[in-house]
Amino acid sequence: MKISGNVIKYGDNVDTDVIIPARYLNSSNPKELAEHCMEDLDKTFVKRVKQGDIMVAGNNFGCGSSREHAPIAIKESGIACVIANSFARIFYRNAINTGLAIVEYGGEIDEGDMVEVDFASGKIFNLTKNIEGNFPPFPPFLQNIIEKGGLLASLKENK
Amino acid sequence: MKMTMTQKILAAHSGKSFIDKGELIMAELDLVLGNDITSPVAINEYRKAECANIFDCGKIALVMDHFTPNKDIKAAEQTKLVREFADEKKIVNFFDVGEMGVEHALLPEKGLVVAGDLVIGADSHTCTYGALGAFSTGVGSTDMASGMAYGKAWFKVPSAIKFNLTGSLNKWVSGKDVILHIIGMIGVDGALYKSMEFSGSGVKNLTIDDRFTICNMAIEAGAKNGIFPVDEQTLQYISDHSDRKPVIYEADPDAEYDRIFDIDLSAVEATVAYPHLPSNTKTFKDIGDVAINQVVIGSCTNGRYSDFVAAAEILKGRKVNKRVRTLIIPATQKIYLDIMESGLAKLFVEAGCIVSTPTCGPCLGGHMGILAKGERCMATTNRNFVGRMGHPESEVYLCNPAVAAASAVTGKITHPSELLGN
Ligand code: SF4
Repeated sequence: MKISGNVIKYGDNVDTDVIIPARYLNSSNPKELAEHCMEDLDKTFVKRVKQGDIMVAGNNFGCGSSREHAPIAIKESGIACVIANSFARIFYRNAINTGLAIVEYGGEIDEGDMVEVDFASGKIFNLTKNIEGNFPPFPPFLQNIIEKGGLLASLKENK
Repeated sequence: MKMTMTQKILAAHSGKSFIDKGELIMAELDLVLGNDITSPVAINEYRKAECANIFDCGKIALVMDHFTPNKDIKAAEQTKLVREFADEKKIVNFFDVGEMGVEHALLPEKGLVVAGDLVIGADSHTCTYGALGAFSTGVGSTDMASGMAYGKAWFKVPSAIKFNLTGSLNKWVSGKDVILHIIGMIGVDGALYKSMEFSGSGVKNLTIDDRFTICNMAIEAGAKNGIFPVDEQTLQYISDHSDRKPVIYEADPDAEYDRIFDIDLSAVEATVAYPHLPSNTKTFKDIGDVAINQVVIGSCTNGRYSDFVAAAEILKGRKVNKRVRTLIIPATQKIYLDIMESGLAKLFVEAGCIVSTPTCGPCLGGHMGILAKGERCMATTNRNFVGRMGHPESEVYLCNPAVAAASAVTGKITHPSELLGN
């Protein structure tokens, strides 16, 4: 799997409460959740995000509660992949399990850059800055989970 | 072979003889846990995916503990959904009102976890069972759903931090103080992604209950799991509670650790975590006059029999302060019975406390003891985040049961030795 997209960038410690505030958790409808994605951190996000954009952040992305609504909201908003220096561990699992592509990578990327991610080879190309970087690629079974759109879908298929 | 204790358990459950940190593996599960908040979401996912069936009706535990006895209509609907699922799938270990207790106290007591097990739970404090030499960790609801369907979960193999314990604890100091001390030292993300492996000559001086409390709060340092080596005390606990045979894994002598900390248990002092992070710890030399409105003794952290014995030592023949609502919440039905039969329940009621049926209740600000704006609570629970027990401008202070009891008597944060000496 290979994707490329325009970058929307945030900082360190983006927590699940700003990704999707608790006041919207009475719904588990992805569309409704996506309408409020990142609302408490960046009110413009929902208006400017385009299908296939890439979210980039610093350390400890997704810290806080174990709510799966967070990766679901990001995925539904149109984000194709989240690239961060590091992820909080339950978010990391939940992202993969709900089929949101994530990459641990700390290389130079700025807001508005065009970036290409090749999941099979573990390569990132910053097309704007002409920089190439590496990340440890997921083994095939995790790539398969993301490609199939989530854990249950992939397990069902392999059974 | 250079594997930590955690890595050995993960390797054995993924059919490999060696695994390295950072590796991603698929592992077989011994137990899948959910509660009344996370199970409904997992059951909906499970149904959506049209899974063929559950992997093993004896290896799923569903515990209705957070908002039960049902606090409102929404909670009632949620537990009803789980109850119907448990009936349909003939899930053996479904614990409803009358049998339920706080999940992480209940499962070991019911003998559902033994040394060497690999357990996932859709609840972040699932890490508690490391006290018994098992690998256990908190996950999301989709993990729980797939765990129920296929008996498998994937893991990124963690590296580890080793805590080398020596000496023994002083009077009025418990496992709670050890873990608060550690979190204060390394911070709330000090063990992110990692295992916290405890070892050393001091381990034998910690009771199993102390070890449960310590592993319970590993997640409060961001850890994937906390784990203790298996010793005679562990084996005794397991044979007292379970028919299952424990499997003992030991860290290799040449296992690699990211960091090693030496902790002299005799130097650990009674510790209080101030709002709003478990890492915001102080010992009594830095604690002034802090008036409180409520005390909670209970939860998966400190709601076991020994915790009530510690509290009773203070409350015996005393009255709690008139301005302090003091809630005693035994974590399981068995502990409830034990405090009745031993006379502790009577002692608590005579001291002016209430004694509740088991529930998570106030620990997560669910019900049974919600705080108003500006109120302060001393609690033996594990999280003191903003609004955790009620109003966003209320405050939770975390401590051990003896400190909580002493504070209930005086109405302010108090060291037990002020009332009872050393
Ligand atoms: S007692 Fe508190 S921390 Fe423990 S499971 Fe219940 S809500 Fe969670």
